[in-house]
Amino acid sequence: MNAGASQSRTSGLAFGERRLAFWLILPALVLTIGLIFVPLVTTIVYSFYDANLARLNRADFILFEHYQSFLRDAAFWNSIARTSYFTFVSVGIELVLGIAIALLIEQKRKLFGWRFLRVAILIPWAVPTIVTGAMWRWIYAADYGALNGLLLQLGVIDRYVPWLVDPMRAMNLVILADVWHSVPFVVLLISAALVSLPEDLYEAAGIDGASGWQRFIHITLPLLRPAILVVLVIRSVEAFRVFDLIYIMTRGGPVNGTMVISYLTYQKTFSDLKVGEGSALSFLVSAFTLFLAFVYVRLLYSKND
Amino acid sequence: MTNRLGYAVGRMLLYLCMAALLFAIFAPLYWLFVSSISTRAELLNVPPHWFPQEPTLQNYIDILAPTEAASRASTDFRFALGNSIYVASIVTLISLVFGSIAAYAFARLTFPFRQTGLYLYLSVRMLPAISLVIPLYVILRDASLLNSTTALILVYLSFTLPFVIYIMVTFFESIPRELEDAARVDGCSRFGVLWRIILPISAPGLVAAGVFAFLLSWDEFFYALLFTSTPIAKTVPVALAEFTGRNAADYPAQSAAAMLALIPPVLLVLIFQRFIVSGLTSGAVKG
Repeated sequence: MNAGASQSRTSGLAFGERRLAFWLILPALVLTIGLIFVPLVTTIVYSFYDANLARLNRADFILFEHYQSFLRDAAFWNSIARTSYFTFVSVGIELVLGIAIALLIEQKRKLFGWRFLRVAILIPWAVPTIVTGAMWRWIYAADYGALNGLLLQLGVIDRYVPWLVDPMRAMNLVILADVWHSVPFVVLLISAALVSLPEDLYEAAGIDGASGWQRFIHITLPLLRPAILVVLVIRSVEAFRVFDLIYIMTRGGPVNGTMVISYLTYQKTFSDLKVGEGSALSFLVSAFTLFLAFVYVRLLYSKND
Repeated sequence: MTNRLGYAVGRMLLYLCMAALLFAIFAPLYWLFVSSISTRAELLNVPPHWFPQEPTLQNYIDILAPTEAASRASTDFRFALGNSIYVASIVTLISLVFGSIAAYAFARLTFPFRQTGLYLYLSVRMLPAISLVIPLYVILRDASLLNSTTALILVYLSFTLPFVIYIMVTFFESIPRELEDAARVDGCSRFGVLWRIILPISAPGLVAAGVFAFLLSWDEFFYALLFTSTPIAKTVPVALAEFTGRNAADYPAQSAAAMLALIPPVLLVLIFQRFIVSGLTSGAVKG
């Protein structure tokens, strides 16, 4: 390895470099192929079979039948609709709140205690997702939950409410838990972008007499576009495959009110053991998330140019 | 005069926002903490006692040094803590070693398909676990690896490795090339450069990547739920979910377990906050 690599800037170098690169990348490559690419391809193959987890070897090849039956399946479309609702609402709220909080922390005339706030905001993000879900489930608890206790003492409600019984409300309350957990991530990325914005643009705008709001709309927001794009892509992709919060808080209920696509796939595969159908569903989830990311990138970049 | 008044009112509003924000961050955690040091009887009060009148550590004792009286979920939880620490540490170590040497190759060396390979790693982040889980389950079942920490370590590498590569490529690219060239001129081998020059100055990047790998492994639930079934291999998130039984959940016990589950990652984030911000932003802007 040394002999080939230590000759300087000759064709021998390129060869030595290639060989070194190969050995450096090999372990990661083997793991990636074995743990990601092989399973991914296998998932796609399974999706063409009428496979059952209990008897995988005797499955019938049915090509696109699973995909075709989804197109006619109301449960599938309802699930897609609920997942989209979860994604749009939670990411939307997280983006607006995240930008607002980042502006609050990074504004020029610092608030007393802003350093503490900047550290404190990281805490919800550090709390594991399952802990977040368990905590909020307990807060929403019908009989002894903190939300009921607080609202009763404030006089907002006059008796305890079973929060997670109504499908739509359950969905919104799961979104609230997700917002609590994920806003810090948005704040982190937006703050980092805010700090690096050029100072002189604001000075010029100040001389021109632009108001704070005008400066935000015409200077800050356009400059934040790349950071916002990154946040949108990462958060949407994560939100679209939400599973942990649903599992611990509602298990897809009540009356399928929170039956998102990941949970539906999980049920089909590991409760009903329908591996073929589950694989087809999970492939659709992956395809849809990639599509989502692609659309965002196109939308934001084309406007920019 | 009115200007100054307007300014004061504005500041007041900002401080109100800040107070609301701090309340939103800490109130849920405070309630979790209060629940964890309350007795079951006290938690049944309506309205709740915001300050427990008879605080107790019994819920923590039931988990960390259980007696016969403790519930099954409580006694099993300390095994889960052990499993999670073990899995997350080994995963962090392996992904740091293999991830950073691969990242060095991507950042510094020229070879065919370099750019394609890098993009593939970046896009792997978009893949949901659910699209890999069924074949992985079948493979692990056939290899008799289900319900083992080894299985979790292997599978977790599938998402920590791309993440480490992602962060470290950005980090290596920020190190000036002249540093290496100077060492090479002085007769240092390629490997020597990696070991004596690059490794020491990469410490901040390695810390950021390591903390992320640990946090991701500690947080992971989906694979652990499907691949483990007994205290031999169950991790913290799975064990925590089990407090929520078929009927009513044992909330004081679950709250104590939840507190224990959140302490390691929260401490890590608070200690390494600087690294996390830089690691996350450098990696994210790149993507």
